[in-house]
Amino acid sequence: MEMSGNDWMTAKHSTGTTIMAVEFDGGVVIGADSRTSTGSYIASRLTDKLYQVTDKIYCCRSGSAADTQAIADIVRYSMNYHENQTGCEPLVAEAASEFRNYCYNYRSSLMAGIIVAGWDKENGGQVYSVPLGGMLIRQNCTIGGSGSAYVYGFVKEFYRERMAKDECVEFVKKTVLHAMYHDGSSGGVVRIAVITKDGVERNVYFAPPEPLPNVSPVVRMVSA
Amino acid sequence: MSSIGTGYDLSASQFSPDGRVFQIDYAGKAVEQSGTLIGLRGKNGVVLAVEKIVRSPLYEEDSGSRIYSVDKHIGIAIAGLLADGRQIVETARKEALNYKQQFDRPIPIKVLNDRISSFIHAYTLYSAVRPFGVSVILASYSPETGPQMYMIEPSGSSYGYSGCATGKAKQAAKTEIEKLKLADMDIEELITQAGKIIYQVHDELKDKLFKMELSWVCELSDGLHQIVPDEWYKKAYTAGVESKRDDDSDNDI
Repeated sequence: MEMSGNDWMTAKHSTGTTIMAVEFDGGVVIGADSRTSTGSYIASRLTDKLYQVTDKIYCCRSGSAADTQAIADIVRYSMNYHENQTGCEPLVAEAASEFRNYCYNYRSSLMAGIIVAGWDKENGGQVYSVPLGGMLIRQNCTIGGSGSAYVYGFVKEFYRERMAKDECVEFVKKTVLHAMYHDGSSGGVVRIAVITKDGVERNVYFAPPEPLPNVSPVVRMVSA
Repeated sequence: MSSIGTGYDLSASQFSPDGRVFQIDYAGKAVEQSGTLIGLRGKNGVVLAVEKIVRSPLYEEDSGSRIYSVDKHIGIAIAGLLADGRQIVETARKEALNYKQQFDRPIPIKVLNDRISSFIHAYTLYSAVRPFGVSVILASYSPETGPQMYMIEPSGSSYGYSGCATGKAKQAAKTEIEKLKLADMDIEELITQAGKIIYQVHDELKDKLFKMELSWVCELSDGLHQIVPDEWYKKAYTAGVESKRDDDSDNDI
């Protein structure tokens, strides 16, 4: 028996996603879209993919919603335990290493691409990427999720080191908007968090009606 | 120790009526029989020095060592039963390795001290085990934290120190250390002073053969814990032997 068009009944919830994190002068800016899809069905249009691990460490989740939620919960618990035991705020690198350990050790059963970003006393604002196989790498600027494929060019063109905060927020917002526009499994609103030594500042931005800002309306072919 | 036992010293899990755990006191006795061990924390490093008593001239020179590395940046020195101490070193190394694997950076000495203290303390709680007959000194240096040093007792309690001593002549050694202005001392002063103290407190009537062991972890060693190089060892040795000679000539009068 054939059942067509009902993949959303059986498909796994996954954050077909656009996520992003950028280091700037004094902290990090992280951003994500808000769509959770089940196959072609939009299970949620207001998901929060920015997850608070400690006071000043966040992660951006992409891949299986269940897997990434589970890992993030475990790491949050573990970092809290670590903070209580040592009496000082965990380092971003420590949280990232913890994510890597889980993502690597269970790589065959997980679908998780995670970006860890935050601020600590020792190294300031930092961004770490933990992609599918469980690698760990520090980057100034990183993008992830299905939507990221559409905006590599944009990021390469417009990313600059040591941006000012507002400039960096604008850059992340624009990148995610473009990715949401082109990627079918990214959409909803843009959620952004700015993490500095003073704490976390969170915002939501709606996608503007088309056309997108700074995209010229239609490029006409001029015929003879 | 005014009273001994009277039935309350058979187990580590029982208090005596006046509130002591005799097994812990006895563990302290084991430490008091050991060669003296001192740690000096100066301006830009820590020096560990041990009076290693050699019980037979047939031993190889480097056997029965009392100083070990736990990680690249942490040194540990043992006073008391050497075999018990090795067990502590093993545990410390495992803790350091676990921390590195989990968090991708070297273990801070504060964390290591907490964990080793808990481990030693756990052995004072149960009737099936005896406490460790050791006191240990942990030392480390990094540019961010500066020099740091902790000493742990057989009871499992520990303190951070700028200068500490344990073993046979800990009282004499402590009086010497208290005379020093540790916070202003650079590594060369620490090493010569450590040499002097070890040779001064050594009792050559009771223990004929001994060897001084010296290690450092400091700015000069790039934050690494190492047995001090020969030329530095000689400085401590000469300072030690000379101060001993001065002491002896005083006695002649």
